[in-house]
Amino acid sequence: MTSSILIRGGRVIDPSRNSDGIADVYVQDGKIVSVGRNIVGEDGAQIIDASGKVVAPGLIDLHVHLREPGQEDRETVASGAMAAAAGGFTAVCAMPNTDPVLDNQGAIGFVISQAQKAGKARVYPIGTVSLGQNGETLSEFGELVGAGAVAVSDDGKPVMTSHMMRTALEYARTFGIPVADHCEDMSLAEGGCMHEGIVSTRLGLKGIPSAAEEIMVARDIILAELTGGHVHLCHMSTRGSVDLIRRAKEKGLNVTAEATPHHFTLTHDACEGYNTNAKMNPPLREAADREALRQGLKDGTIDVIATDHAPHHYDAKEREFDEAPNGIIGLETAFGLTHSELVLSGLLTLPELVYRMSTLPARIFRLPGGTLAVGAPADVVILDPAVQWVVEPGGFFSKSRNTPFAGRTLTGRADLTIVRGRVVYDRRDA
Amino acid sequence: MTPRLGKDLTALETLSAEQILLILDTAEAFKEVSERPIKKVPALRGKTIVNLFFEASTRTRISFEFAEKRLSADTVNVATGGSSVSKGETLVDTARNLEAMRIDMVVIRHPASGSADFLGKRIRSNVINAGDGKHEHPTQGLLDILTLRDRFGSLSGLKVAICGDVLHSRVARSNIWGLKKLGADVAVCGPPSLMPRNVSELGVEVFTRIEDAIRWADALNVLRLQLERMTSGFIPSLREYNRVFGVTRERLERASDKLIVMHPGPMNRGVEIDSDVADGPRSVILPQVTNGVAIRMAVLYLLAGGGPDWQQQGGSE
Repeated sequence: MTSSILIRGGRVIDPSRNSDGIADVYVQDGKIVSVGRNIVGEDGAQIIDASGKVVAPGLIDLHVHLREPGQEDRETVASGAMAAAAGGFTAVCAMPNTDPVLDNQGAIGFVISQAQKAGKARVYPIGTVSLGQNGETLSEFGELVGAGAVAVSDDGKPVMTSHMMRTALEYARTFGIPVADHCEDMSLAEGGCMHEGIVSTRLGLKGIPSAAEEIMVARDIILAELTGGHVHLCHMSTRGSVDLIRRAKEKGLNVTAEATPHHFTLTHDACEGYNTNAKMNPPLREAADREALRQGLKDGTIDVIATDHAPHHYDAKEREFDEAPNGIIGLETAFGLTHSELVLSGLLTLPELVYRMSTLPARIFRLPGGTLAVGAPADVVILDPAVQWVVEPGGFFSKSRNTPFAGRTLTGRADLTIVRGRVVYDRRDA
Repeated sequence: MTPRLGKDLTALETLSAEQILLILDTAEAFKEVSERPIKKVPALRGKTIVNLFFEASTRTRISFEFAEKRLSADTVNVATGGSSVSKGETLVDTARNLEAMRIDMVVIRHPASGSADFLGKRIRSNVINAGDGKHEHPTQGLLDILTLRDRFGSLSGLKVAICGDVLHSRVARSNIWGLKKLGADVAVCGPPSLMPRNVSELGVEVFTRIEDAIRWADALNVLRLQLERMTSGFIPSLREYNRVFGVTRERLERASDKLIVMHPGPMNRGVEIDSDVADGPRSVILPQVTNGVAIRMAVLYLLAGGGPDWQQQGGSE
């Protein structure tokens, strides 16, 4: 826990400066002080040998559920921030659908204070779009931002009425924050528990058609054009959504989008056998959707990779498929999955991965980090891109175990995570 | 080698044609027991069976209970109203408690698709699916197939049209799988708003006009239209449903002479099927019910480990 850390001999990837090469990174008093060859640190500096490893700005996840306050049996801010650090994330954005929801200054302040006490990954709360997430009365964005919220969202639910979404996008412009929308037409999706397709037909489960997402994506894009507000489209899952976003970007609209590792890795086939760990919202879709998400990540239609980390107690998933809650945890598998699925397959380069998991997320939500520029906060990750490991949820720092990837062999894992110049996770100690 | 059924019967999708034929042939032999003055054989004497019904059912529950009693099993009926389930107990806890009581078999009817499979994976007892949500109702599928075999001799090349609310029907899914495995041609017919997505990928013809299905088919299996489908907006009215999709005498006038009509019950007379069809010469609805007991006897007996010739093992009383 020295105030100086010298990371030696790693492959330093910094998309913010278009740089990629063997170098040392020197960190002092919570800031990056130099990046280059043969740096000599001051006496007493902690030396970390990163040869054979990748040194990058810490990963940033724009979409996690940390469950505190209210559902601390699933996750807390502290356990979530630790899981994030172990996954190579130096910052996460916490969705406000807690109990009570984060719709006021006090609640936002509480999450920030819990994160400070934990002292692991940074946690940026997202405030609600509407009071109580009821879709009726706009939250006090000014108060939320003043307390530290970085965006607004009613995630878990869509902003159903077009009027509310329009107002939110307009009003958010005052504060320069994005409105993150969970796109789902509830009248089409109601009662659905997986993708509507051949697998739902065979299993006899009520499906959620792709159209339920695409209708809201289209609406949000139209409203972004109307208002000039920044709409951030959460966890995109369909090929139709990718097409809509691509066209919106061609028009130069203020639209950004994220995709999760599970949506670009799995399909609805994972629900076979009524596997409740493959139940999430939006649901896992078809092979053509998965491919469209991958192409979207390659060409930039989809800006960032976010986990939608959604912890649930094991009891809650140990039940009938249509009764089980939606969501899976993702912080501790995100890098391994993205590296294995997108980089080793040749779709993305490692610098492109870092761009979509660190540099661009920081820019989109206007967060510190995502860069190793001199003077930037020392939020750094050392990644081992070669290590093969088997996902064993029992060893996770998250309080929950709900993942469909248990037993899967991944290539690539975070070795060491530095936040504000301090080592918050070191696999050698784990 | 004689095929076996495995531990549970949760679906026809996962059975082989040989396993289905084994059940049909075993049921054939059991039919005779129900025609005796003393309708009882000792095949399952000493076995304990729980009929666990989380959904209202008269016909299926009674049919299973008769099958169990005619095989001399000891049975307990649990219906949701009288169990701890209504106190919020989870299915997995219910399962563990049943296991702790050392029962041999569970017959489960449950509103959630996959619930029979869920239970079967968690307890050592044999589990028989008596209808799980919108997934499967395998014994209904089997009794429908047995009824067709009784009438037509062979299923191969037989054209069976399943008509009505296929979207919400476990009977439809079990029939589709079972019939196709035995070589029948299967069609589904109904309003597209009551058809599951991508249903043709199950290998079935799809008709949207009942007249086309009648012209095509050797047998119609007319599904019950749940009355709440109207209030939830899938169809405009029962009256219109009968006018457009009802199996009526007029529509059957031009059908081939051999066409038969089945219905899994309970019927909505005057909605999906008219009374003069249900009670008319083409109807095999009551033989279906009779076959239901024989099918369930066969399934219980085979899952309990019985061989193909039950009379040599159990003898008769």
